[in-house]
Amino acid sequence: MNTVGYTAIALQVGAVVAGAPLLTGLMRQTRARLEGRVGAGVLQPWRDVRKLLRKEPITPVGTGPAFRWAPLLLVATSLVLAVLVPLISTNTPVRARADLIVVVALLALGTLALALGGLDTGTAFGGMGASREMTIAALVEPTILMAVFALSIPAGSTNLPVIVAGAAGQPARLASPAGLLAIAALAVAVLAESGRLPVDNPATHLELTMVHEAMVLEYAGPDLALVEFGAQLRLTVLLGLLASLFAPWGIATGASLTAVLLALLLVVLKVMVLGMALAAAEVFWAKVRLFRVPELLAGSFLLALLAVTVSYFLGGEGGQ
Amino acid sequence: MIPAALATATALGGAGAAAGPVLPQRVRGAVVGVLTAGVGVAGGASGVAALGGSRWSDQVPGLLPLAGAHFAVDALSGLFMAVAGAVVAAVAVYGVGYVAGHGAHGLGSRGAQALLPLFSLSLVLVPAAASVSTFLLLWELMALTSLLLVLAEHRARPAVREAALWYAVMTHLGLVLLLVGFMVYVAQAGGETFAALRLGTGGMSPTVRGLVFVLTAVAFTSKAGLVPLHAWLPRAHPEAPSAVSALMSAAMVNLGVYGLVRVGFDLLGGGPAWWWLLVMAMGGLSAVYGILQAAMASDLKRLLAYSTCENMGLVVLGVGAAGLYAHAGNRALAGLALAAALLHVVNHAAFKALLFTGAGSVLRATGQRNLDLLGGLRAKMPVTAGLLTVGALGAVALPPGNGFISEWLLLQSMIHGLAVPGVTTAIVMPLAVAVIALSAGLAASVFVKALGVGFFARPRGEGAAAAKESPVLMLAGMGLLAALCAVLALVPGLLGEGLHRAVAAVGFAGTGPVSGGGLRVRLEEVSATLSPLWVVAALVVALGAVMATAGWAARRRQRRTQDRLWDCGGGAPTPRMAYTATSFAEPLQRVFDDVLAPEQDVDVTPVRESAYLVERVKFRNRVPDRIEHRLYRPVLGLLAAAGQWARRLAGGSVHAYLGYGFFVLVALLLVLVVGW
Repeated sequence: MNTVGYTAIALQVGAVVAGAPLLTGLMRQTRARLEGRVGAGVLQPWRDVRKLLRKEPITPVGTGPAFRWAPLLLVATSLVLAVLVPLISTNTPVRARADLIVVVALLALGTLALALGGLDTGTAFGGMGASREMTIAALVEPTILMAVFALSIPAGSTNLPVIVAGAAGQPARLASPAGLLAIAALAVAVLAESGRLPVDNPATHLELTMVHEAMVLEYAGPDLALVEFGAQLRLTVLLGLLASLFAPWGIATGASLTAVLLALLLVVLKVMVLGMALAAAEVFWAKVRLFRVPELLAGSFLLALLAVTVSYFLGGEGGQ
Repeated sequence: MIPAALATATALGGAGAAAGPVLPQRVRGAVVGVLTAGVGVAGGASGVAALGGSRWSDQVPGLLPLAGAHFAVDALSGLFMAVAGAVVAAVAVYGVGYVAGHGAHGLGSRGAQALLPLFSLSLVLVPAAASVSTFLLLWELMALTSLLLVLAEHRARPAVREAALWYAVMTHLGLVLLLVGFMVYVAQAGGETFAALRLGTGGMSPTVRGLVFVLTAVAFTSKAGLVPLHAWLPRAHPEAPSAVSALMSAAMVNLGVYGLVRVGFDLLGGGPAWWWLLVMAMGGLSAVYGILQAAMASDLKRLLAYSTCENMGLVVLGVGAAGLYAHAGNRALAGLALAAALLHVVNHAAFKALLFTGAGSVLRATGQRNLDLLGGLRAKMPVTAGLLTVGALGAVALPPGNGFISEWLLLQSMIHGLAVPGVTTAIVMPLAVAVIALSAGLAASVFVKALGVGFFARPRGEGAAAAKESPVLMLAGMGLLAALCAVLALVPGLLGEGLHRAVAAVGFAGTGPVSGGGLRVRLEEVSATLSPLWVVAALVVALGAVMATAGWAARRRQRRTQDRLWDCGGGAPTPRMAYTATSFAEPLQRVFDDVLAPEQDVDVTPVRESAYLVERVKFRNRVPDRIEHRLYRPVLGLLAAAGQWARRLAGGSVHAYLGYGFFVLVALLLVLVVGW
């Protein structure tokens, strides 16, 4: 069992690390095709990473340790998430530690590190980006927590593998009102957390609309590669988490290697479909004005709160 | 062990109080500091002994007239004594360095140095009191000494006097409520020792018990700084000398929680749901309101004071949940919620003492509390900045900080409230979870602001530009607190046994809510585990892997360190262009516009010749404490009006005064006649 568990984790981390830039490439390509452009190809983000890694690392004058360490910490938290979140197997050696609250907290830790890095430069843009990012994060964190609580109530635990395994065993749970509300809330939160379109435009370089970009303007070379890579990892892990929570079919729950390999294939497919759907949707969306974003997030927070309350009532009756 | 330690603490405190006024200024701070640290160590040791399972109770008949003094130490008192002792010891070390730079003013004055050991002693002794008179006497000693310590710097700033006035009035109104509440309680129970009160509770009517609970709970929550009775806290904490604000914020406010738990659970034996719903409402309100005000504050110590409101709110939320669960009969879950609340008390004490002492270092080095005028301190005061980062990490409730552990426990206890059926829990618990989640999210923003704007980037004021690192003793005190934070963050399971005993002391025995031998926190009642050490180890491994890979990929190039900032091609930006705390908070202020009701004034002065040419624009933006505005202003206005009106009664005529006496006497006699 142990070897299979370790294999599953190794496969998962390998797939996430190798696949994160590819996912971004796929999403950009999808967008380009829908907009009638040729696009740069799916491999372009990897080429970018390679190019940036070869450039000269730069620490501008007046910046301190926070600036240096933020990209490293961002990627490190994302890597730990890639280990913790059950994407292809719920029966891994780390399953007892994959607590949902820890996952949300690690996501927030990465955001916070980058915001501190942005403030550390002392530029107006760094401060602006950090301020906006933390405002959004302050509203996203509660939404994610509430949404996952709605899901953890029927499972009776905040442990991710338990939730996912329970949902895989009882698909009806997902179709319940609480499950649907939680899906909607979590989807909005994932968009905000990964800096996607209605909340933040990942391709923007226009000062007034920048959130994430403004924060990381001063990064160059390998540091920039890490920042970009970290953002890609987060998006991949979050989409994978969505896939595991709301479409857990096919995820391996036992100790068979074939099941693990099948699950790997399935999760790659699921994340690809989710990513392409998101990219397609982004073609038709406009970015919401910064001060309308809180309304969007408040709406999703309310959905999540409703989801929790509903599952309390339904769960309470079911438990009698 | 416990009586000996307490006697030592008392002797050291007395010696410190006696030594403070008589010693020459040169050695005063050092001697008093050592004695105060001794008070902390001895008090903390007795607390740890109590947490370890020993109990002690005794009475000293001669000490107080009529009733005698009663003392008892169980694990619950032990927890609060250990926390207060640890904070006192570390802050005393810090205080020696702090006073050295101050000369004979402020905290270095004779009076303040005499009061500091007494205040520290009262913090340790309050939880040991076991009768109403002993408790109230120690409580008042604590209030009075802290009040005078808040006044220590009254010559330096006029704001100190106003703050002390607010504190004096609020704390004594609290005392009046406590007195009335305990009077009713004692009269009904027929004895003033806690043992007698415990016995007498059974025979009391629900109305009287409710009355006693509400009166004492209001007093205790006001001491804990809960909204809406928080008005003194954001005034007194910033204006007090930083060592004193650390003691107040990390040890004194805890005793409000202690009182609430002691009276609510232990003496009154729990109560109906509405008691605890009231408590939870206050806790939830202060958690969100406190952190919102902290997000708006640009005064570093005011920000920390509001963060205390938030954290105490979270603690009280847990206490209220425990009461609700206990009322529903689920004592195991109640034990879990109470353990979470108590653990948060411990964690909050560690990181808040660290943050306040750090703010004191900044204040001492720069003469500045305003974050808008700070910045760049990480280069000037690297150790202080590093230690403050540890404190801030605890306060944002993210791993690997210590605050995360207790908030995780708190959330677990709320999520599993499902085990308690009923409409009340189904509505209250999701709201409580939402409150905790929202305050955690906002806390991240608050401390990114405090750290990023205040310590990173470039100096925006002269004070910050000329800052120097603090003396070694101040750093040592902060280092002790930082080490405490680290231990609490990495091996919280060490506290498991003690927490279990503390919770069992008020009757929630269960099967041990938290266990897991040091390295992990495992909840026995609900299947959940948290291994903070694992998370930290995983982060370190991941960090190492990333560094190795990135370093290998970029091995060909040397890092260029003295390059210009790009800033969108704008070139070297001036510090004036950097984001300040006010601008950082602006988006949040807009988002919570309706709640905060910020005030903005724009004064445009046009040139005399033309209305279109502007000579000067004055812009003022303020976020007033709205609850305070709405709640206290009318009362203060009414009191002032009553005072004005009452002046007419004192016309200076002796005949009129004699007449008042006569008529009041007659009225009293009439009341007696009619009443009996």
